[in-house]
Amino acid sequence: MPKDSGIGASSKRREDVRFLTGNGNYTDDHSMQGEAHAVMVRSNVAHGKILSIDTSAVENMPGVLAVFTGEDFVEVGGNPAGWLIHSRDGEPMREPKRPVLAHGKVRHVGDAYAAIIAETVQQGRDAAEALAAATEIEELPAVVNMAAAVANADNRVHDEIPDNLCFDWGWIEDNRDAVDQALKDAPHVTTLELVNNRLVPNAMEPRSSIGEYYSSDDSYKLTTTSQNPHLTKLLVCAFVLGIPEHKMTVVAPDVGGGFGSKIYHYGEEALVLVAAKKLRRPVRWTAERSESFLSDAHGRDHVTTIEVGATLDGEILAIRTNTLANVGAYLSNFSTATPTFLHGTLMAGPYKVPHVYVNLKAVFTNTAPVDAYRGAGRPEATYSIERAVDKMARELKLDPVEVRRKNLLTPDQFPYTTPVALVYDTGNYQATLDKALELADYAGFEARAAESKSRGKLRGMGLSTWIEACGIAPSHLVGQLGSRVGLYDAATVRVNATGSISVMVGAHSHGQGHETVFAQIVADKLGIDEGAVDIVHGDTSKIPFGMGSYGSRSLAVCGSAMDRAMDKIIAKGKKIAAHMLEASEGDIVFEDGSFKVEGTDKAKAFGEIAFAAYVPHNYPLEEVEPGLEETAFYDPNNFTYPAGAYLCEVEVDPDTGVVEVVAFTCADDFGNVMNPMIVEGQVHGGVVQGIGQAMIENTTYDENGQLMSGSYMDYAMPRADDVPMITVDHSCATPCTHNPLGVKGCGEAGAIGSPPALVNAVIDALNRGGHDVAHIDMPVTPSRVWSAMNG
Amino acid sequence: MYNFEFTKPTSIADAVAALADEDAQALGGGQTLIPTMKQRLAMPGTLVSLTGIAEMKGVCRDGDSLAIGGATTHATVAAEAGDYPGLAAMAAHIGDPAVRNRGTIGGSLANNDPSACYPCAALASGATIVTNTREIAADDYFQGLFTTALEEGEIIINVKFPIPEKSNYQKFVQPASRFALVGVMVAKYADGVRVAVTGASEEGVFRWTAAEEALSANFSADAIAGLSVDADGMIGDLHGTPEYRAHLIGVMTKRAVAAAA
Repeated sequence: MPKDSGIGASSKRREDVRFLTGNGNYTDDHSMQGEAHAVMVRSNVAHGKILSIDTSAVENMPGVLAVFTGEDFVEVGGNPAGWLIHSRDGEPMREPKRPVLAHGKVRHVGDAYAAIIAETVQQGRDAAEALAAATEIEELPAVVNMAAAVANADNRVHDEIPDNLCFDWGWIEDNRDAVDQALKDAPHVTTLELVNNRLVPNAMEPRSSIGEYYSSDDSYKLTTTSQNPHLTKLLVCAFVLGIPEHKMTVVAPDVGGGFGSKIYHYGEEALVLVAAKKLRRPVRWTAERSESFLSDAHGRDHVTTIEVGATLDGEILAIRTNTLANVGAYLSNFSTATPTFLHGTLMAGPYKVPHVYVNLKAVFTNTAPVDAYRGAGRPEATYSIERAVDKMARELKLDPVEVRRKNLLTPDQFPYTTPVALVYDTGNYQATLDKALELADYAGFEARAAESKSRGKLRGMGLSTWIEACGIAPSHLVGQLGSRVGLYDAATVRVNATGSISVMVGAHSHGQGHETVFAQIVADKLGIDEGAVDIVHGDTSKIPFGMGSYGSRSLAVCGSAMDRAMDKIIAKGKKIAAHMLEASEGDIVFEDGSFKVEGTDKAKAFGEIAFAAYVPHNYPLEEVEPGLEETAFYDPNNFTYPAGAYLCEVEVDPDTGVVEVVAFTCADDFGNVMNPMIVEGQVHGGVVQGIGQAMIENTTYDENGQLMSGSYMDYAMPRADDVPMITVDHSCATPCTHNPLGVKGCGEAGAIGSPPALVNAVIDALNRGGHDVAHIDMPVTPSRVWSAMNG
Repeated sequence: MYNFEFTKPTSIADAVAALADEDAQALGGGQTLIPTMKQRLAMPGTLVSLTGIAEMKGVCRDGDSLAIGGATTHATVAAEAGDYPGLAAMAAHIGDPAVRNRGTIGGSLANNDPSACYPCAALASGATIVTNTREIAADDYFQGLFTTALEEGEIIINVKFPIPEKSNYQKFVQPASRFALVGVMVAKYADGVRVAVTGASEEGVFRWTAAEEALSANFSADAIAGLSVDADGMIGDLHGTPEYRAHLIGVMTKRAVAAAA
């Protein structure tokens, strides 16, 4: 019987009522008395030396209140990278300053070098256009192609970095020789060069920020589109503007999607704060969609060569990858962590591989910064492994299912330490594989392929057995590896006097449904109605210092903090109950929402204990304080490791190269599932993003660094009619062994597991149709498929 | 968007007079012009809306032709051009519902986007573009990318489409814009077959005469099996190579012939 409330129930998303009725409370919905508008002046060349900016040309234009240029921010700090990577030779990575506004040089199309503050947006745009005309920029040759960037020392994104290299990272360097030897000795080596295509995040809500300054107490408020308001506050205060944190409130209200792109602090946030103080007026900025394309941090953009050494019967002996990872023109906050510790550490996949070595060079180019995007490093690793393993099976004429089965870790092998330093705590990869094969009717595939053939179509099946690492932690370990932040999270459970509950969480919901799921968990544990629980997030003046939401961490990390805080509530409640019931604390049990004296019918309801805590007339004041409010910070002792098996079935039209995804099946192990409906929705969304990457999303810069796919006229997003019904299963659960809820995280899985399944299916279809095609780079557009088929 | 004046005349004469102003620009449904203005890529001084002129709206049967007012929306054509089912079906698949309920045939033909559907239909139908001053044969009207025979201030009053015996339009959509990557309209008339292609050529919509000859002799997909289009002069971009577009012309033409009704 499905539950109708609490953990495991498909409670309907309470936040959807306001989203679907137009009552969402987004940043741009906030209208401020006396507000002014910021308009950014952005470079239209990819690389150029700023010779002069004649601000006097616009200062007297109608409505213009202020003009800022890079010169105004020379004295303040740069927007830092959150993770220090060391190169193989021990040298720290190169960290050029990322200024609020470009100074001296512009480094990508869309790089903001000035800002106009005006009475209206329209006046701001007029002035921005005039200022652009009054600016002299000497265009320099653009660094676009990564291989050319590292080869040409004369053409530099940053003058002080001769080879455009941020770092040259080896993971693990001690594995290098053994991997080289294993590949030399391997009876078969599969080599595959592949591109993990760059993606534009395309959150439905564009970035938006409003700065306010209060002269009464010299304090600031930033309302902004952020996935992690406390992190933004820390960055803007401590690193960029030097404002004491107690003088700053950051509020991220309803946020319309992030997919990673709103983790990061952006220059516009600092700008509106500085402008607000200067003008003593609120200053707002909202990106136009064109600005989002040019200035949001993009995702992926790897070029990889992967080699897989194997026995002739498909046992994997070694994996080696060499990757160029684009970081764009500047280091975004997590841009150095994403291709390294969220990518190289996953390169063993779900397999028992004796030897793995990853080399990754991060390269500066004259393109928008690249950072984490749904999956962040793990999709790139999964794509490399799962494409290469598929190719190996094909080369050795082995069944791709059996090759995976032969190499998958087995349940008895956990905990398992990989050669790339992760410790997988638990899993059952055979179970998810079997479940996916069953749900996809793998046995019936040949009959379906024959039916497709009778209609002139080529049918193919593609498999991906994937693993990821969520809830990145623990802080002491990531600190040793170069992280500059902690990776815990926090929750405050405030029981109100009448027993209703407000929970202030460090996680941030920008579409995930925390308000619903977190309330289910609290209600379940405390035995009260879900409707009596509200989740508060996004306002640093209300919530404890948590790290926000990304990397499928909210439930595993913040949910655990919430669980720990409830433990404290229950423990305190027991003391209060013991006093009221005149029993020993050790005899009090908490169950079904009541504190009971074990073995008797004496009990106090949760609400009675709460009331007593706030009206402490009959109360153990010498033993416990009044009130019922507890905070917990939770720092996990390991990642969580969701895993699963995805099967994609496609039909290719040989006349046009059009690929139709006809079936998609996901068998996932997310550990314990709190709300199945929301989990399924997360997988649907992730798979659709993965299908988008694999089939149609094509971010292209030309050789001059102009973004060719800079609008929806050329950048294709997946739409409902591009995707099939997606079969989702999460029954093969092995609960996480080290967090109290046994959860692993589900937000990114779909986007991680799906691209290789789809491309594998296309390659399978073509080969079944007699076309000897080993690989097609994403997106597998009709033109590319047709070209591959026609040599 | 820059500031502009707006006028919505109710007669052709008033519209022509309003358009005499040097900075004036005719506005149909605004599905191309308005986004262009929003991006500050166009700055007309005055927009002269043509959608308030009653005689420029609607679909009416005129002997063996359909006359469609220049300010008629795609949705209206889709709903009311049933006498020419190939044309109605084409109109029903332009853009999305918002585009179809605002965009007009006159606007599309005046703009002559190289990937638009209507130029293909007009050329394949041997349509006549009737303006406030003259009648222009479709074969003379389309003159390259975004270029037509229209003079400054000239307005498309209506478009006369001879009704074919059979016709079909096949659109292979570009995945982002969902304009035609390649669109082919085949129309079979008593005196021969016309085949027009949009989306593919660097010179805009064109007739595939070799296919027309083959199909006029034998209206079947097999008749063009041996024909191919030269990739030289075809568009190459993010979405497809010139060779791919040339290939698609053949595929779409065969499919249009097979589906023609």
